[in-house]
Order: sequence, then structure tokens, then C-alpha cells
Amino acid sequence: MKINIRVNGKMISDDVACDMLLLDFLRYHGFYSVKRGCETSNCGLCTVWLDNKPILSCSMLCAKCDGHEITTLEGLKKDAEAFAYFMANEGAEQCGFCSPGLIMNVLAMEKELQHPTEEMIKNYLAGNLCRCTGYMGQLRAITKYLNRHQGGKNEADQ
Amino acid sequence: MKQINKPTVKKDAYALLSGQPVFTEDLALKDCLVIKILRSPHAYAKILNIDTTIAMRIPGVEAIFTYKDVPSSRFTLAGQTYPEPSPYDRKILDQIVRYVGDEVALVVACNEETALKAMKLIKVEYEVYEPLLDFRKAIDNKIIVHNEDDYKLLCEIGNERLRNICSHDVTIYNDVDEIMRTCDIVLTRTYHTKANAQAMMETMRSFAYIDTYGRLSCVSSTQVPFHIRRILSNALEIPKSKIRVIKPRIGGGFGAKQTGCCEIFAAFVTWKLKKPSKIIYSREETFTASNSRHEMQMQVTIGASKDGIIQAIDLYTLSNTGAYGEHGSTTVGLSGHKSLPLYNHIKAARFSCDVVYTNTMTAGAYRGYGATQGQFAVESIVNELADELGIDPCELRFKNMVKENETMPMYYNEFLNSCALDRCLAKAMEMIDYKNKPLRVDLGDKVRGLGVAISMQGSGIANVDIAAVEIKLQDDGFYTLAIGATDMGTGCDTVLAQMAAECLECDVDQIVTQGVDTDFSPYDTGSYASATTYVTGMSVVKACNLLKHQIIDEASVLLNVEPEHISFDGKMIIAIEDDKAISLQEFANRCFAGGKGKVLIASASHVSPTSPPPFMAGIAEVDVDKLTGKISVNDYVAVVDCGTVINTNLARIQTEGGIAQGIGMALFEDISYTPKGMMRNNSFMQYKIPTRLDVGSIRVAFESSYEDNGPFGAKSIGEVVINTPSPAIASAVAHATGTYIRTLPITPQKVLLQKDED
Ligand code: FES
Ligand code: FES
Repeated sequence: MKINIRVNGKMISDDVACDMLLLDFLRYHGFYSVKRGCETSNCGLCTVWLDNKPILSCSMLCAKCDGHEITTLEGLKKDAEAFAYFMANEGAEQCGFCSPGLIMNVLAMEKELQHPTEEMIKNYLAGNLCRCTGYMGQLRAITKYLNRHQGGKNEADQ
Repeated sequence: MKQINKPTVKKDAYALLSGQPVFTEDLALKDCLVIKILRSPHAYAKILNIDTTIAMRIPGVEAIFTYKDVPSSRFTLAGQTYPEPSPYDRKILDQIVRYVGDEVALVVACNEETALKAMKLIKVEYEVYEPLLDFRKAIDNKIIVHNEDDYKLLCEIGNERLRNICSHDVTIYNDVDEIMRTCDIVLTRTYHTKANAQAMMETMRSFAYIDTYGRLSCVSSTQVPFHIRRILSNALEIPKSKIRVIKPRIGGGFGAKQTGCCEIFAAFVTWKLKKPSKIIYSREETFTASNSRHEMQMQVTIGASKDGIIQAIDLYTLSNTGAYGEHGSTTVGLSGHKSLPLYNHIKAARFSCDVVYTNTMTAGAYRGYGATQGQFAVESIVNELADELGIDPCELRFKNMVKENETMPMYYNEFLNSCALDRCLAKAMEMIDYKNKPLRVDLGDKVRGLGVAISMQGSGIANVDIAAVEIKLQDDGFYTLAIGATDMGTGCDTVLAQMAAECLECDVDQIVTQGVDTDFSPYDTGSYASATTYVTGMSVVKACNLLKHQIIDEASVLLNVEPEHISFDGKMIIAIEDDKAISLQEFANRCFAGGKGKVLIASASHVSPTSPPPFMAGIAEVDVDKLTGKISVNDYVAVVDCGTVINTNLARIQTEGGIAQGIGMALFEDISYTPKGMMRNNSFMQYKIPTRLDVGSIRVAFESSYEDNGPFGAKSIGEVVINTPSPAIASAVAHATGTYIRTLPITPQKVLLQKDED
């Protein structure tokens, strides 16, 4: 079937199998930041935005995205870089395989939640698995990132 | 020191954090052939017939390979130094399948969908055998897992294949039985740790192609590229000179990728068809058909005097290697050799072990490598001893723990150069305010308990691990550092560059680390056994010092001065007496300028005669819900002695990550099988790894000793960090509830029912 999806602001028209997953579609079109870590919608590695809301691209048919807008990490250069700075300074990306999905969800959370508590952050991101870091470094990076306008940046620089 | 003990940002941080295509699957050729594997539904069977005719008719199917098509040599997938102490007990495809998931046929097609369609049309006739599933019944069972005559051993490992014994060993230090008789208290307990999945986020994957020179190139997510080259050579029966293995970024390994996996399939298909191919394991395949931690059952007897001086320990470990023997004999060794030396003042010890075959998935390497299992047993019985004697568990440890400058009879008689374990424990107690907290507090609907454990590991394998590096001075005065060690997210590309920058007195950015390509990288046994920082790090120091000498010698020629007059501060090469100076940049460019120039390259390799242990102390504060039995770890404090910390951020993250994995092992992770031998936990639905809601707060600190044999005083950190959670949490739960759970994981059911086995 024919579909038109706007990915990171650019229209992609394609003829796809009706059961093609958005994840495979995106990787096929070169959005390699999108990773697969499971087949059971448990890991969060494949997180992208559909009309600015985070979704699991492994559980979404690309046919359903026809006429919609998808954002991947490749399309978020500036915001993603700002957060990446805090992650890098904590060393909170180890293998980095889970990072794109996490970043997509953190940036979505930032838009959605006002001044989230640690508990709220943990709950929002509970679906983003990471086997390397033990999550503590990610939490430090996220907290510092969210507080960056209150001098959090200096703290991360130390 | 300018570069050591700094939170240097990882060299690959921004590439990873912006989602660059740097992993195996990202690099595979877009239209290459796709391999899917038909796997055995039976735990033990012989293939009588495979009919692929109908499957082959599907358009897009390129080939289907069965046991009839592959070379007949047996080999091991264990990524270990030759001669491997793992039996050569497997083929690329075998007529006998030995566990549910064992490979039956390789389906090669233009895409995944076609391959899967064809796979369904292959007809296989099996002669199904009764499987051997319980490793406690393996020895002398009438079912023999490896009955084949072409089974091969390269090392003496106490193997008795026909009794299902993959390996056997005994280490004795003085007369344990005699010392036990003199003890005021003797306890005997049995502990059982389960198979755990490493569960790295990137599943197993490889792709292969034929290069310009007709050689086989294999790009793979592996920790051991040089071992993979040997494994492919063994499996495909082609010379190593025809094989090149490339390691891109790896999405985690934790030991899983210290064992070969799907490389043999991609390599075989590409070599046979002379076409590029890739194989990407699903999560289910990675769970059910790669490798896991060895399940172990350990019987420990401990003897002590009334005042809590431990006199003797007797440990017997039974380990399940599953269908094939990868890492069997070596992991089990660590269960004793890295647990008993913690109590080095004992007068006698005995450690005996058997590793057995069963018809379950092969076990392999997983962070901690047997030490984790052994320490669960030994640390647990020490905790139980403390409770029996009414002595505080920390106090009991201070009375008995190993100290600096001791010789360790149960640790290959090595001398302990560096050890801050006592400081680690003291600091951990301070961090959690131990002195002011009772071991048990009733909180109404919950009970809170405290539990402690100490741990050690090694730093590389003494006299076995070898690492070489090569450093070159490039134009404009930057350096390239070629290493054979594999960064799997652990950050060794950065840590080794920090060391080089420290030696050459430059910025880390001036060192370009080159990851692994067996054609271009100097040999390194690979990233496992906590070897990289310690062993490869030493080679970096050696090579950099050589290069420095070369720079001075060459500068003396170029400047026409005595080498003794020259000093080099990383930026300027100066001969004060002669009033001459040249910047490194200009010097490097002159080196490249022909005529008088000389290209400067230094290489060095290192083998360590010892494996200095890093140490750690961990204390868990755990809440148990009285009604539901739910166990939550509120607070975990850990203090590590890894010698000098090279990268403060990465060491901390390693520790936090290891503890989180340890919490998973303690509380949820449990590979189990149906009575027919099918693995129950084949997805993240059934196999729960900790989420960020499960880890409470993990707090980490360092108490460094200084290891003379390590680079800048460093030892290892990668593995020691996973060991303390299981025993510490088990003890905390026991303090809270009065029930000692000796079979992991410690589930609410076990706690509520006060029943150990499930
Ligand atoms: S790939 Fe695991 S949740 Fe989408
Ligand atoms: S950094 Fe490796 S899985 Fe998160």
C-alpha cells in the first residue's frame, strides 16, 4: 500500500507491505538511531514521536502513520545535543544502544511534565530499559538537564 | 596527574548520543542475504531426515544448509586463549541436537520474510531421545549428552565425557577435616544460583562479505575478535590468513559476547555462496539459543571458633554447562578461587568441583564468571555464621578478611600487593550509617533488614592474557593508538587514551583510538576477565614510553644535539644547553617530510604474571512487605578498591550498572525450563531485568589502594561490582524475615512461604 509519512520534516512516500512495522520502515529509510531490543514491547529502544508524542515504533504499523508526522533522534539535533551534553558529562551512556530511545522519551517528558519529581521521572521512563548503567547516571544527567537554567550546567561541568 | 582520575567524556559519547550508525546492523550492506535458523523443538534428538525441496522453491530463497553441508570438524565457541580449556564438542550444524533451540538448518534468502516463509516448509524427521535436564542428576546418568567419538580435548580438565562430566578439579590446602574437628561451630549449607541471561540490549548479530582479495570479512558484535578469527578458521576449516574480523561499536556484552555465536553462520554462508550475508538474532533467540551464566549448586561447610575466627572452609561446586562445554572448566574454578581467598587466614580449605553436561542451553561467560556464584555461597554462609554466633556480620569480616601483603594459598599462591578491603567496608558502613541502624527494624506493614557482603575478582588472567598496542606519531603531532581490546560500552577506547595522554603529556583529544580489526589491530586476547585496563593499559604505558624515546632520539638527529640534552614536555622538544627548540607539531611534520625524516611507531605487549584482585564491600538496606512479601532494595551502598581510578565517571557507572545487574540476579532473574526442556523465559515479559523502578538508590564510593603492577596503580573494575548484591540482599531479607533463602532469586513467594526451592 502507498503511504506518505513526514519524517523529521521531510515527506517520504513509499509503497509498503500492510504489516510493515514503523521501526523497520524507519531503519529502511536510514534512520538508524531507531533500535530494536525486543519483540515484546518491553525495552523502549525503538521510541520515536508520532505527532510529537512518544510511541514504540516496534508496536506501530507504518500504515497507521500515513499522513502523520514522525520524529526520530536524527530530527532533534539541537534539543538532543543539549541533553547529550549532560549524559556525556555523567558518562551515563555506556554502550549507547539504549540512548536514542531514552533521549526521545526524556525530551518528550520535558514537554509534558512540569518540574517532575524523581519518582515521576522514574515512572515516566520506566519502559526504557538499560542493562549497562544501573540508571543512576541517567537520573543524574536528567536532573541536571532539567535544572540547567538554574545553574545546573555548572554542576555538570565539574 | 593531568589525565588520570578524571571524569573524561567518552570518545564515542556524542556519536552514540546522536544515534550515529555505528553498530553491526547499521553497517551491514542493505541488500545482503538474510540468514534465519531453523531450530530444534526437542531437547535431545537425532535428525533422521531433512526435506528442503518445497522450501527451496520459494522465490528469493538462495540456499538452505543442513548438517550434511558443513565441515565435519568439532570446535568450541569459547573465546579463550589457545589451547582452549573448553572441549571441542560442537559443529556448525550437527546431526544430533542437544537442546531446544539447537541449530538444525540455515535458511538463506533475499529478505527476512522470505527466509521465515521457507523455514516453515522444511520438513524434519527426528528420532527423539529422552533429555537430561536436571544437572543434579547428570553424573553417571544413563543419558549421555556427548556420545560422539570425534569429541576433542585440548587441555587436561578432568573430563569424563561418558559420565557427562565436562570437567572436574580439586584444590586442597592443608587438612580440612582435621581442622573442622577442632572448631567450636561447624555449619553446612547448600546454595543454588540460577542461569541468568546477560541481556545486553543489542542482541547477537554478525554480517560477512568477501573482500577485495577474496578473503572472508566478518563484522560482528563481539568482545573477542581475535578468538573469533580462530573459531571461524576451526569451524570453516580455512586458514586464519583468509579471515578478517571487525568489531564495530557493541551494544553491551557482559561476557555473552566472549563466546562466539552467530559469526559461524554468517561466515559459513558467505564463504560458501561468495555473497554478503547477515544474521540478526531476535531477543527470543538471544535468550534461548546463545549462552547464559552457569547455574551452580554449592555445598559449603564452614568451621569457626566461638569468638568468630574462621578456621576452615570446604566448598563443593556443581556447575551446569548445558549442551556444550564453553567456559565450563574455567568459570567453576572461580567459584572457589575467588571466594575462599577473601578469608585468607583460614588454616585449611578444600575446593572441589564438577561441571556437567545437560540438555539445556549452553552456559558461557557472564560478568563475574563463577566468582559471583561462589561468593553468593561463601558470603552467605559467613553471614549465617555471624547470625549463629551473634556477632555482627561486619565485625566478623574485620576479624577474618584478607589483608594487604599476604600470600593467598587459595588464589594460586599469589602475593597480595594492594588491598583496601578493610577501608572499603568501613566506608560503606559509614555511608549507610551502619552503627546507628539495627539489622532488623519493624516498620508496621514492612520490615527492614540490612545485609552485607564483600567481594574480590581478578585483573586479567595471569600469564595467559596478552595485549599489544601500537602508537604512531602522525603529522601535526597527533597520535593514533591501535588497540586489540574491545570497547563494548565500557569505555576502554577512552580509558586507554587517557593513559596514553598522561604518558605523552598531551590532551586526550590528541590521541585517536582505533578499535578492533584483526587485520590492522595488534593482537589482544580481548575484553574479558577484567583484563583491559590492567593488562592492555600496561602495554599502552610501555608503548608510549618507547615512543617518547624515539621522539627524543629522532629530535637529536634533526636538531643535531645530544639526546641527553633534550627534554620533551608534550608540546615542545627543547635542548636548553644548545639553545634549540622545536614544537611537536613541526617536529612531526619534519618526520613525515622525507629526506631526513623518519616515521615514528612504537609497539609493546604485556602479560601479567599476577592477577591482582580488586575488592568491594556492599551493604543493602531492604524492605520486605509483610503482606505481599514484596522485596525492595531502598538503598545500596558500595565501596570499591580498583586501585587507582582512571576515569572517575566510567568507574562509577560500571559499579552502578554491575550492582543493578546483581540486584536483578538476586531478586528476579531465573532461567527455567519446562519438563520437556523448553526455556520458559524467552522474552523480557518472562525474564525480568531491573527497570529504573527496581533499583532504589545505588550509592558508590572508591577507596583506592595502589597496585604496583598496574598502569598508574590501577586494577580492574568490570566484574567485581556484580558480586555483592545477591549475598547482601539474601542476608538483609533473612534479617528482616528470619528466613534464609539459599536458592536465587529471592522471590516474594519464597519469602512468604518460607520455602527455598521453587
Ligand atoms: S523494540 Fe523493544 S519496545 Fe520496541
Ligand atoms: S547504555 Fe547500554 S543499554 Fe543502556
